[in-house]
Amino acid sequence: MSDIKTAYDLAVIGAGPAGLAAATLAARQGISTVLLDEQPAPGGQIYRSVTETPVRDPKVLGPDYWHGAGLVKPFRESGAEYLPGTTVWSVSRTLEIGLSREGAARILPAKHIILATGALERPFAIPGWTLPGVMGAGAAQVLLKSSGLVASGNVVLAGTGPLLWLLAWQYLRAGAEITAILDTTPRANWRQAMPHMTGFVRSGYIGKGLKLLLDVRRKVKVIGNVTALRAEGDGQVRSVVYRQGNGAEQRLPAETLLLHQGVIPNINLANAIGCAQSWDDAQRCWTPQTDAWGATTVEGVSLAGDGAGIGGALSAEHQGRLTALDALHRLGRIDRQQRDRDAAPHRAALEKAKQGRVFLDTLYKPAQEFRVPSDDTIVCRCEEVTAAQVRDAVKLGCSGPNQAKSFLRCGMGPCQGRLCGPTVTELIADARGVSPAEVGYYRLRPPVKPITLAELASLPKREDEIDAVLHH
Amino acid sequence: MFRRLHDAAGERVPFTVDGRAAEALAGDTVAAALLANGITVCRNTPVSGAPRSPYCMMGVCFDCLVTIDDVGNRQGCQVRVAPGMRIETQDGKREIDR
Amino acid sequence: MSAEQRSDYDVAVVGGGLVGSATAWGLARLGQKVAILDEGDVAVRPSRGNFALVWVQGKGLGMPEYGAWTRRSSDSWGELASLLRDQTGIDVCFERPGGFMPALSEAELEDRANQLKRLHNQQAMLRYDYEIMDRAAVAKEMPFIGPDVAGASYCPLDGHCNSLKLFHAFHTGLNRFGAAYLPNRRVESIEHRDGGFRLTTAGGGEVRAGRIVLAAGHDSARLAPMVGLSAPVRPERGHVIVTEKTAPFLKFPVGYIRQTDEGGVMIGDSFEDAGFDTTVRSGVTSTIAERAISVFPLLGKLNVVRTWAALRVLSPDGFPIYEQSGTMPGAFVATCHSGVTLAANHALALAPHIAAGKLPEEFDVFSARRFDVPKAA
Repeated sequence: MSDIKTAYDLAVIGAGPAGLAAATLAARQGISTVLLDEQPAPGGQIYRSVTETPVRDPKVLGPDYWHGAGLVKPFRESGAEYLPGTTVWSVSRTLEIGLSREGAARILPAKHIILATGALERPFAIPGWTLPGVMGAGAAQVLLKSSGLVASGNVVLAGTGPLLWLLAWQYLRAGAEITAILDTTPRANWRQAMPHMTGFVRSGYIGKGLKLLLDVRRKVKVIGNVTALRAEGDGQVRSVVYRQGNGAEQRLPAETLLLHQGVIPNINLANAIGCAQSWDDAQRCWTPQTDAWGATTVEGVSLAGDGAGIGGALSAEHQGRLTALDALHRLGRIDRQQRDRDAAPHRAALEKAKQGRVFLDTLYKPAQEFRVPSDDTIVCRCEEVTAAQVRDAVKLGCSGPNQAKSFLRCGMGPCQGRLCGPTVTELIADARGVSPAEVGYYRLRPPVKPITLAELASLPKREDEIDAVLHH
Repeated sequence: MFRRLHDAAGERVPFTVDGRAAEALAGDTVAAALLANGITVCRNTPVSGAPRSPYCMMGVCFDCLVTIDDVGNRQGCQVRVAPGMRIETQDGKREIDR
Repeated sequence: MSAEQRSDYDVAVVGGGLVGSATAWGLARLGQKVAILDEGDVAVRPSRGNFALVWVQGKGLGMPEYGAWTRRSSDSWGELASLLRDQTGIDVCFERPGGFMPALSEAELEDRANQLKRLHNQQAMLRYDYEIMDRAAVAKEMPFIGPDVAGASYCPLDGHCNSLKLFHAFHTGLNRFGAAYLPNRRVESIEHRDGGFRLTTAGGGEVRAGRIVLAAGHDSARLAPMVGLSAPVRPERGHVIVTEKTAPFLKFPVGYIRQTDEGGVMIGDSFEDAGFDTTVRSGVTSTIAERAISVFPLLGKLNVVRTWAALRVLSPDGFPIYEQSGTMPGAFVATCHSGVTLAANHALALAPHIAAGKLPEEFDVFSARRFDVPKAA
């Protein structure tokens, strides 16, 4: 790995909008900056494959997606170093980054780190969700953007949230057919969202959002007030069973079922570093604690973008710039006054980008039954642990997810709780009759992505660390 | 089931799945290429032998695990198809020497 | 009447880890009315950091009675496993195929041989079979052993189990016996009154019991003086690596490497004085990884899915403390760092004595008073 320097002033992890914007701003100010990302090309998830998508017709993916392309050129010209195909599996308290590239691991120190690790889809555990043919709507979007692939045959979308409608719209533009959209948005959410309507009306979302929604509703069968879902099939999904309100069960044929109920911060790296996190009751998710500049509770580690709290792609971009300015200040490159001055336009842009989010968050808050699933639902996909087993563990006295892990192995698989953590926390909270905040979350440790034992063995070792193993 | 948009442009990349010849589009990840070739199940789980296929396509679910060029448990969605790549679907636990 | 308002517990066990659960289960099995007071989800919880070994070889240098105590537990471990399976349906996967402690040089092998000889030459040492095997003999059992392995000490009494299932089985069993498991109840003070004990817990709760057992890991140090006992234990950090699930290839526990029944390979071990800090240090896990690859080169390809650091509960000489209070009869302390190996003893040998209210003389050697005696020159 001769192309990597031995250390950098600023390391940015994640090449989505927050990371690209942060690295660009910082590098332009002349500090040695590196942007590390797992994917082979920039864009993160929201702008996935924006530099190389085979879907050339811009009308298919839409203008919001193509906005991402505008972030790449400035980044490439900024002077920042770019390391794609690089997995970050740990960050120590002393800001040493454990990374893996082309099958080789190394430690890379930095003076400041910005985590721009983004979000992932909120787990949507329903009976049968592990069947082949069931996937996240985000996954279908990746297949469309990166490979020009669309689901065919009977395709059912189910869930709630802007991304679900966006995917439906993109599919229609691409000429793909959708059998139905099963909308799980709870009726009561409309009432609760109304007070925030003015903010939404003033924001940019309403124009685009309404048009998109109407477009989709005109062409696709939308079944609303869905209160129960189940995927059925032998070896792969063949049909989806659903209920509207208190109605009887109904069945739709489906060879592909695309589930989505919002996105939540991907907190694994922040958690493993030791950054404090708290439960956001409005967004029903765990969020690392950050100040107005994105600084976490760990000195030298900042967070920008959806990883610090869901705000969407544009918010992420502006946050990236704010966090970079703060990093420049912390590294002594600019003083406080300059930081605050330079931040002003980005703060204003961020405020504007945030407008209307509360309305969306409230409207699309997932229903209880889809956050706290039925007994027969697998909640931990890796270890195949069911909701019933978690409830039984609570009956035995288990009071939190780390104990549940000890009893049941949930959270011990390679995904490290990314697909089960929120569900397990909510299940325990529901069974105990307390808030998720009180129940807590898994305590994670590195590596947050798997590395081979041989890679681990090749890392540098201090004298006292060797002694701890061999000469005690 | 997934189909390619007819205007999806790019080079074809030959590879094999469980010994059978298949074709991907340049830029496809292994997971995408399997789906494009109609392969619905990429592995059976080590816990119960249940069939699985890619779920998240972004590297967080670990359901797309396949053996690539004799190395087991690789996330198919994180690896781009290269010409001549040998993909094998997996059955249960990883073998110690692969 | 809520669990805490009952004033008729026969025994309150402070600590719901391996020592507390095993002892409480043993007591409940004897018909005792038991309450277990435990902390919450995020606490030190040293028991979580075990290696699941049921290990005999090498133990007891400096205290042959510990060697015998260990042997006894290993011999009754099968019985414990059967009882738990019969009661709860949970199979804790106890296997006793014998264990190897590898040596990565001739010098290390010789050291090991000498150490075991000294151990067995102790007066009153209960001897058992073991073998110092050269490389060829080890390779016969495990052909994939690495080229750096010079040999190993082998003991047919060594084994391992699934410690998570063990934990789950104890708790399920306790529940079936009607024991009261009370989490989120850190004990703040203990009073001796009316021939029994009154424990006040965080949040203003109260539990009364005729007898108490302090099995609170590191916290026993704080609690013991409240009942006229002493438990001078300190934390010692150990790191462990866990790999992805792999098809079975290793049936023997090999000291610091073992394959679980689920398929993952657990790899240890390390020893650091780090207070209560359980931060994982990559240099330590790297050293552990490198050594493991020397023992079994095949391991190199496997993916690491988890690493963790946990805190052993160590007395000054590393041996257990079992003692009953002289000033407050009915108060006991039980602490050790081999909670899995000794689980059978705690459940089947220690519990009956606590139920009877008295530890016999054979436990005197495990009393903390031994730390007051200056060592013989």
